[in-house]
Amino acid sequence: MVDTINKNLVSFLEEKATELRINILKMIHAAQSGHPGGALSAAEIITTLYCHEMRINLDNQRDPDRDRFILSKGHACPVLYSVLAMKGFFPIEELATLRKINSRLQGHPDMKKTPGVDFTTGSLGNGLSIGIGMALMGKLDKKDFRVYVMLGCGELDEGIVWEAFMAGTKFKLDNLVVIIDYNKLQLDGDNDEVMPLEPIVDKLEAFNWNVIRTNGHDFNQIIKAFAKARETHNKPTVIVADTIKGKGVSFMENKVDWHGLAPDDEQLKIALEEIRGS
Amino acid sequence: MQTASMRSAYGESLVEIGQKNKNVVVLDCDLSKATKTSLFAEKFPDRFFNMGIAEQNMMSFAAGLASCGKIPFATTLAVFASMRPCEQIRTSICIGNMNVKIGAPYGGLCTGENGPTHQCIADINTMRGLPNMTILAPSDATSCKACVLWAAQHKGPVYIRVLRDNEPVIYSKASEVDVLSGNRLKDGNDIVIFSNGFTSHMAVVAADLLEKEGISVTVHDIISVKPIPEKAVISMAKKCGAVMTVEEHNIYGGLGSAIAEVVSQKCPVPMKILGVSDYFSDSGSHQSLLQRAGLTVENIVKQTKSLLNKKE
Ligand SMILES: Cc1ncc(C[n+]2csc(CCOP(=O)(O)OP(=O)(O)O)c2C)c(N)n1
Ligand SMILES: [Mg+2]
Repeated sequence: MVDTINKNLVSFLEEKATELRINILKMIHAAQSGHPGGALSAAEIITTLYCHEMRINLDNQRDPDRDRFILSKGHACPVLYSVLAMKGFFPIEELATLRKINSRLQGHPDMKKTPGVDFTTGSLGNGLSIGIGMALMGKLDKKDFRVYVMLGCGELDEGIVWEAFMAGTKFKLDNLVVIIDYNKLQLDGDNDEVMPLEPIVDKLEAFNWNVIRTNGHDFNQIIKAFAKARETHNKPTVIVADTIKGKGVSFMENKVDWHGLAPDDEQLKIALEEIRGS
Repeated sequence: MQTASMRSAYGESLVEIGQKNKNVVVLDCDLSKATKTSLFAEKFPDRFFNMGIAEQNMMSFAAGLASCGKIPFATTLAVFASMRPCEQIRTSICIGNMNVKIGAPYGGLCTGENGPTHQCIADINTMRGLPNMTILAPSDATSCKACVLWAAQHKGPVYIRVLRDNEPVIYSKASEVDVLSGNRLKDGNDIVIFSNGFTSHMAVVAADLLEKEGISVTVHDIISVKPIPEKAVISMAKKCGAVMTVEEHNIYGGLGSAIAEVVSQKCPVPMKILGVSDYFSDSGSHQSLLQRAGLTVENIVKQTKSLLNKKE
């Protein structure tokens, strides 16, 4: 029974993730600037959050009881804008205005401009601290909303992230889930070259978090990881999601050059064919 | 108009000083391809350290290197170089007058499409509050090179605000650039415009237009915002009797404030500060953001005329 529900759910989510990838590429192409690599690597996780896991309220977008999501790696915002448009926070046509003057869709997430964006980010490192503040207030106010924060793997270089990991333990925030988009690449190259991260699971466990390692492109695993987080008490959860930067477009996959590069007309055409075909 | 890339000039100049002086080391925070420190990294891999996305760590680390006799050029985007590690710059670098150079490409609004988190309009004011810090804001690729060469010779912390690509060329040779006093780009009698960075070439174009209408304008490119070339400022303010400043920075705390501090105390004359009027810009092209801020040739012309009306 559970498996059949999951099968339908998974194929529904797969369809949605494909739609997100198409919109990510189209909007970055239209803007001729932006960050495709880290947006594509997060597509399954973001889809699961917004189409399955999170409690959102379209009738009252700033509902104080809503779940919150903070895209701490703000440069990946095309994936967030795509899902918000898909959910109906704003018209899908607006995606084409990304990064243009007077657009509500800023180059990095802006909570004052874009409906559905829970917090402003773009300067790396700050999102987890913000999420800890929100989650603690949820506890103190006896609210049952949950807080989700996505970090980039390169972003973990920032010291403030580790200050926040410590605080998460102190405050026993079991209403907080961090997802690390572990695509093994940052801007200048591999994590290993720029600033080695491993052994990442050991480090996080030493901080006394509930650590779950998962394949960040496998919906079954992602859904289960979020479910496990809900069953965990007295400590926050961090999901280390193994992903592929540029996932879904063969010439972008694992290529650091596609961190912050927009496809041209021909590249967009090939990329869309690949995504639609798969 | 001939243009050249300031960040390339920054990277190439690092290679040049690296060749001459083995103590020069370069650090970056996972942005070496953007800041062009990659050029130094290719040439001198043993003297290049990628610190990851950890600006605070980079600055205090640089102070440690400097205390052992190295000349570190700690480099990342201007907004992240000046803001995230501000306290490390103060305590680890400035209080001990450590010989650390901070290279800060992508100053001003040139990161346009990325939005307010990446636009840099509050770096000069932040750095200006730190004793011992020298602040250089060159206006083209040639003067950028002059600043790097100067900084390598100077003992003590220096912040160099670099821009991006396609900046109009103002100077033909780095040796012609006077880093500390600034440089007279045009001589006139009715008003003096002090400018720096990307707006200096605009000031010159505006002055040429005003000249055709019989208004005689001095344009002085101020590269060193701190120390401000006080003597030059006073003599030009006295000669012209009206002062305008133009910069790609918040109107509070930048070049305009530095000039106003001199003018108001030593030679009060009518003055106007042109810059970003204390707001966070949206995403948009560099040009569209300059337009919105009033940092255009047309507005410089207009503001000059209205300031002249206030002159006795
Ligand atoms: C404080 C700060 N420093 C530097 C940057 C520039 N920057 C943007 S993205 C990026 C690399 C991020 O890598 P990662 O966190 O792994 O993101 P992903 O691979 O998921 O795109 C860098 C250095 C920034 N946005 N903020
Ligand atoms: Mg990464």
